[in-house]
Amino acid sequence: MRKASLLGHFRRRYGASPLHLAGHIVVFAIAAFAIDRIAAGAGLAKVIALYVGFVIAHDLIFLPAYSGIDRVGRATLARLPARRSAKVPAINHIRVPMLISGLLLIIYLPLISGKADAGYFAASGHHLQGYLRNWLLISAVLFVGSGLIYGLRLRRAAVKARI
Amino acid sequence: MSPGGVLSTTESRPPRKPEARKPPSPRPPGPFRPEFWRSPLRGPWLTSFLGTLLVPTITVIAITGFISHWAYHPELAGNATINPSFDIPVFFQFPQSWPSWDYAVTQGTHVTLGLMTLPLVLAKLWSVIPKLFRWPTVRNLAGAIERVSLLLLVGSVLVEFFTGILAVENYYPLGIDFYSIHYYGAWVFGTMFVLHACVKFPVVRRAYRDRGVLKPLRAGLRETRPEPPGPSGLAPVNPAAPTISRRGLLAMVGGASLTVFAVQAGQSIGGPFRQFALLAPRGRVFGTGTNDFQVNHTAASAQITEAMTGPGWRVTVVGTTTKALSREQLLAMAQATETLTISCTEGWSTTQHWTGVRLIDLAGAVGAPSGAILRAVSLETNGPGTNVALAHDQWSDERALLALRVNGADLSLDHGFPARVIVPGVPGVHNTKWVRELRFEPA
Repeated sequence: MRKASLLGHFRRRYGASPLHLAGHIVVFAIAAFAIDRIAAGAGLAKVIALYVGFVIAHDLIFLPAYSGIDRVGRATLARLPARRSAKVPAINHIRVPMLISGLLLIIYLPLISGKADAGYFAASGHHLQGYLRNWLLISAVLFVGSGLIYGLRLRRAAVKARI
Repeated sequence: MSPGGVLSTTESRPPRKPEARKPPSPRPPGPFRPEFWRSPLRGPWLTSFLGTLLVPTITVIAITGFISHWAYHPELAGNATINPSFDIPVFFQFPQSWPSWDYAVTQGTHVTLGLMTLPLVLAKLWSVIPKLFRWPTVRNLAGAIERVSLLLLVGSVLVEFFTGILAVENYYPLGIDFYSIHYYGAWVFGTMFVLHACVKFPVVRRAYRDRGVLKPLRAGLRETRPEPPGPSGLAPVNPAAPTISRRGLLAMVGGASLTVFAVQAGQSIGGPFRQFALLAPRGRVFGTGTNDFQVNHTAASAQITEAMTGPGWRVTVVGTTTKALSREQLLAMAQATETLTISCTEGWSTTQHWTGVRLIDLAGAVGAPSGAILRAVSLETNGPGTNVALAHDQWSDERALLALRVNGADLSLDHGFPARVIVPGVPGVHNTKWVRELRFEPA
């Protein structure tokens, strides 16, 4: 059938159905309009730098960094002398508190670091206070709590081994 | 052809004629090699599941975001934060029959759920990172177009989340108008997100058909197996031994979200919960005094001085007649007390007992034109909330006040002394402080 072969030809040349192309054209048109509206105030170069900058910062810096930390952590734990701990892997007892503590740091960094103080003072009438302390406190509770659970799991494993 | 398959690219299915293709250029080392990616958890199922979780959360965040945009009544002159000639029409506004905390709920949800969703977004991006380094980078035109759309999708989700995070913390380092980048950024992200969901729908369906929707969650660490490598390039060809199960990973992400909720939500719920919002910008309790509740931009930052609000202060009320009223004259009028929630676009809320003159009484005193809107003008000359138009049903709500006192005491200067507007269910900044003029204008 001629129609089918035309469609097949399109698929082979383009790599997907015509609807794929149509959908992307529509969405790109909306995105172009929206980006143009942001650029009307901020300038196009700044907007592009912001979008591309965020992708680079995440994909090529942030993600490799935390993956690297995780890899180093795993390698270090693997090199520790195998004892009772071999029965209960410790990695997630470090990973979980570290991930949550790190996430809180990322979200609340302007408050924790005090960078937001000027804007915060104008808005609220108070200076930033206690955010670093609270973050350290929460992180400590997470690590200590995770460590306690690890200790309990080790004891349970030891009791089981004796039976 | 299946209805879900019409948008998908051929990349997700095995190539039909591999021999027909040009010989690929040599593959660079490192992340461009499939064996570089070793996590045994990555695969189409995990990515599909994380993506599925994002659909309802992103939908709620988007809807509550638009509700907030429309709660400003941008159709009334002077209210719009976005040029209305480049905006879509208003679809929804709060009916005045709703409780005064309606905006507190939607905006608290927008901000809190937004922050809670960040770990899920980061996990989703982690699950698909091998795709960034696919080789060859582009196989055909469809692949090239999809690359551009993914750059926009990832860029816009990060821009959207981080502009939001910075704004709720009163930190604006980017030098870009927040409304513009966050609102139009939502258009970019929203449309890219919908398209991405459509394009990937068949991949998700196949992953669920092959592995079950929830079945991989039943596997503990010992039963966790890698997904078989396939054309998606997500599952590892050289998997390492698992150190966490898939449900463990999801529990970690969920635990992170719940922690964010715990340290954040109290500033929106208020009352005794506020002090538990240990990291929320407005999670502080500054005292038990009548005026100690949270302030949305101080008198000092608005350049309001005692002299401007002293005995010489008058509010000019304009209808078919005009009256200039002193604070004593206002206090001599019939006073009403209402318990109303004031909720900021930044997501925090506080509920207080406000006393003052009902706006409908002031309208009656000067003869407001029928169906009039109310323009409230502040002594403050710059910034949002200094010249606000309130819709007819907003100011004619009998709970709406020109408040003179709060919790039984005079308003403090930071809370708008000598008089402020307080209207149920509007973005906090529309409760104009330091009012100098109330003008009932024909709609």
